[in-house]
Amino acid sequence: MIRFSKVTKAYPRRGKALDDISFQVEKGEFVFITGHSGSGKSTALRLLHFAERPTDGEVRVSGFSSTVTSDRELWKLRRRVGMVFQDFRLLPGRTARDNVEFALEVTGTRRGEIVSRSNRLLSQVGLAAKSGARVEELSGGEQQRVAIARALANEPQVLLADEPTGNLDERASRGIMDLFRELNASGMAILMATHDLELVRAHPAIRLLELSQGRLAFDSSLGVVTEAPPGPEAPDRTAAPVLPGGEV
Amino acid sequence: MHAFREAANAVRRAPFLTVLSAAMVALALYVVGIFGVATFNLHQALQRIEERVEVVAYLRDGARPSEITLLEEDVLRMEEVRGVRFVSKEDALEAARRDLPEFEELFVGLDSNPLPASIEIELLEGFRTPNAVARVAERLTIYPFVEDVRYGQEWVDRLYLLQRIGGLATLILGGAFAVVAALIIGTAIRIAIFARREEIFVMRLVGATNGFVRRPFLLEGAFTGALGGAMAVGFTWFTYQLISRAIFRLEWIPLSWILSGVAGGALFGLMASGLAVRRYLQEV
Repeated sequence: MIRFSKVTKAYPRRGKALDDISFQVEKGEFVFITGHSGSGKSTALRLLHFAERPTDGEVRVSGFSSTVTSDRELWKLRRRVGMVFQDFRLLPGRTARDNVEFALEVTGTRRGEIVSRSNRLLSQVGLAAKSGARVEELSGGEQQRVAIARALANEPQVLLADEPTGNLDERASRGIMDLFRELNASGMAILMATHDLELVRAHPAIRLLELSQGRLAFDSSLGVVTEAPPGPEAPDRTAAPVLPGGEV
Repeated sequence: MHAFREAANAVRRAPFLTVLSAAMVALALYVVGIFGVATFNLHQALQRIEERVEVVAYLRDGARPSEITLLEEDVLRMEEVRGVRFVSKEDALEAARRDLPEFEELFVGLDSNPLPASIEIELLEGFRTPNAVARVAERLTIYPFVEDVRYGQEWVDRLYLLQRIGGLATLILGGAFAVVAALIIGTAIRIAIFARREEIFVMRLVGATNGFVRRPFLLEGAFTGALGGAMAVGFTWFTYQLISRAIFRLEWIPLSWILSGVAGGALFGLMASGLAVRRYLQEV
């Protein structure tokens, strides 16, 4: 489903954000990508969404290759891979329903289907009762749920989440994690970047990829991968590894 | 259909921004419009003067009518010539009396008519240049019964110089105004699109095709440009009326110029939108 093959991403001024990284994620897996600030977590997710291309190596996602897929074909990948962000990236001034319907409309869903699908998506994320509220009137957790509903609009096979609980309190974070686990249980692969070690420790069964200085320092399914120095707040690596496709 | 709906929604959601952008476009095109009115009137004035360029062949008193007819036929065959008019000695005297009343006493009690008969030759547009006029004049001198040929060489030279300066000024100033207008329109549209960059981000995020993302913005840009063009026509018309009534009479520009201005605004808006959206499309 997802394969990073010897991926390096370098920027002219910053240097290497990712350095010769390889890993694989199977269908239905839930993976945490962790590491301290600047370790390359967000870069990895941007590469998975083809928002950027690797300097070297290949990223494969749902049958799309970073070396073959052109920019003109990106929309096909984006309909199979949903993405949510720490800052939600919702359209301000519009309702929760408008935000979800916008995603359905711009991907060519028929008018008649849009309302029923947005109702279903908002119910799925537990926001049916607040569908008419403007996003500014919603709490952080609720806004993130709208963003998740939007990301699910095209029924993606993979969900990428870049620090989705970063702006949320503990209770809201727990709610988002519960939602992710439900989605994962239905067969969706989820890759979630986070630096919240409490959250990681609270879910020891979820596979953990730890990045450090752009290198893959630890993969809980394999054990220690490289000799790269771990981050200053490295999680407990004695956590039990999870096999690909394993239950959370 | 989505593109039209989204473009209309964008205008409805942020009417102030649309009007502000259109006003910026209008001000840019207003300057072009005023320049257009000035250029058009200068061109008309020069054309009116140019139409008076003609060659006059003065005939000897002994020229026979058959020779004059032959000359007229020869002249009419020249590619530069639109028409000829024979002015008899009597007609010349009558015209002199009519046109030069201050010299009235000169023409009283004459034993004989001192003025020569002549042929006035009107030239076609495009052949009123110094070279073409001199060429026609030169050809007339070969006829022995033609005593003199006049066309006001200095006057024609000056007129030609004035026309060339006018043409060059139109090209340089008009080009400069058009470039400035294009830059202002581009900036105005970019501001409008900057305000909606989050929409572009979301559209790309969820898998809208580039064409799908682009179309509503192109329509919106074209609409803003056309609206600005129409507002510029209104401002220019108001200024034209003001000058015509208070200072001197001007002619209003032709409809084709107005339509070109509005279409130009729409085209600039469309292009500026396309460029601005392209930038954001590359960011996601």
